[in-house]
Amino acid sequence: MNSLQRGIRPLIIFAGLLLIWYGVTLTGVPNYLLPTPFTVAKALWTGREYLGYHFLVTLSEIALGLLCGLALGMVLALTMMFSPRLQQWLMPVLIISQAIPVFALAPLLVLWLGFGMASKIVMATLIIFFPVTASFFDGLRRTEPGWLELAKTMNAGGLAELRHVRLMAALPSFGSGLRVAAAVAPIGAIIGEWVGSSSGLGYVMLNANARVQTEVCFAALFLLALMAIVLVQLVDISVRKLLYWVPDSSKTY
Amino acid sequence: MNAITQKPLPAAAIAPTREAPPGIVVKDLALRYGQQTIFEHLNLEIHSGEFIALLGASGVGKSSLLKIIAGLATPSAGSVVGSDGLPLAGRIAYMGQQDLLYPWLTVRQNVTLGARLRGEKADEAWADHLLEQVGLAGRDNLLPAALSGGMRQRAAVARTLYERRPIVLMDEPFSALDALTRAKVQDLAAELLTDCTALLITHDPLEACRLGRHLIVLAGHPATLGEPITLDGLPPRAPDNPQVLQSQGRLLRILTELHQ
Repeated sequence: MNSLQRGIRPLIIFAGLLLIWYGVTLTGVPNYLLPTPFTVAKALWTGREYLGYHFLVTLSEIALGLLCGLALGMVLALTMMFSPRLQQWLMPVLIISQAIPVFALAPLLVLWLGFGMASKIVMATLIIFFPVTASFFDGLRRTEPGWLELAKTMNAGGLAELRHVRLMAALPSFGSGLRVAAAVAPIGAIIGEWVGSSSGLGYVMLNANARVQTEVCFAALFLLALMAIVLVQLVDISVRKLLYWVPDSSKTY
Repeated sequence: MNAITQKPLPAAAIAPTREAPPGIVVKDLALRYGQQTIFEHLNLEIHSGEFIALLGASGVGKSSLLKIIAGLATPSAGSVVGSDGLPLAGRIAYMGQQDLLYPWLTVRQNVTLGARLRGEKADEAWADHLLEQVGLAGRDNLLPAALSGGMRQRAAVARTLYERRPIVLMDEPFSALDALTRAKVQDLAAELLTDCTALLITHDPLEACRLGRHLIVLAGHPATLGEPITLDGLPPRAPDNPQVLQSQGRLLRILTELHQ
């Protein structure tokens, strides 16, 4: 019963939001400001090929950004764990990299890397790597000392200690970093597309907005939200699989 | 400056089936943190196959001493070697205050942890035997989170024994258990550790008297070792054994006097 409720709840919320939206359009708001759900559905259907193509572009930007961000974040965290001296030099740089708003960097990245996907992937990577680095590093540093001592009395080598103790013990922290990364990943790609691009959902929205095709803008927004939700859910499921041994007290969805 | 000058029991009496375990020789050990001297000129000799219980107030340096013997901490001065003159590294199994089971491994994987960490193939038959002995035979595929405190501690005992190390060091391994479970796990540990040289740190005079051959109190600033109290008979001794009760009272008195 409970799991059934959990499964139905998002649908009810979605239907409720649609109803409210439809109710507002009935009050006489002009269509170019707020299209009805039906107009948007129609726009989704008639523009399916066009929207589908741009959906895939944004999706690949986000996916590649996520992969690069994860790889960079993990490498940085491991590097800092192995070399405390390097960590003292790296940490300030990382913090500075986060102090500069990505919005401000976006035009530069587009200037340097062009209108194509590269600038968007770099943007997404820049946003994603930091939560991964910070949380993973934190997890690696906070291994229960007793576990390490035990491993030492059992004559564990450095690599075995890393593989069987530190990495495993850092997984819960890594998981929370991964969740944050998945949630912020679309931001980087979309900002990049807004600043300068010839494809992607951000480009579609900007274009439709300029032509007052509000329903297309909404359709793109809907697809983007759908993508973000599915991404977060997928990551959540994989994190839970990865952390099969952590008591499930932190169910957020 | 105290040393136990008890004659060791003949090896055959302790371990008829295998080689006598090495004893532990602690020589002139000192530990300082900055200005503070935890202990210095500490001498202790534990003979082959003996079970020693070390008591003392919190913060007196018991755990530090144990960690130095285990090779997990470095002393400021002095040395720890086996009674055969060889270093102890690789011959010691260590049980900490917590069970320290890795939560991502099953009970069986935890028991065979040493093999995993050394990249060896696990000795499943030996693990089966130990799991049987600690009464966890049917639960070997559970995660530690699914076990009660007593079962977790028994799994930790099995993991310690899996290593087949001749020396076992224990730092209050049973302190988190309720009285009944503690008594059961103590019995189990005493039976399974008869072939080992063992050093047990405990807060609990009853535990010391049930398990230890010699009981030693570490007290003072800097800390020194008191005269050992020696108990006869094989552990685990019954809790209502007159000798246990008497020594327990005596120990408690010593500890309270030292505390004032």
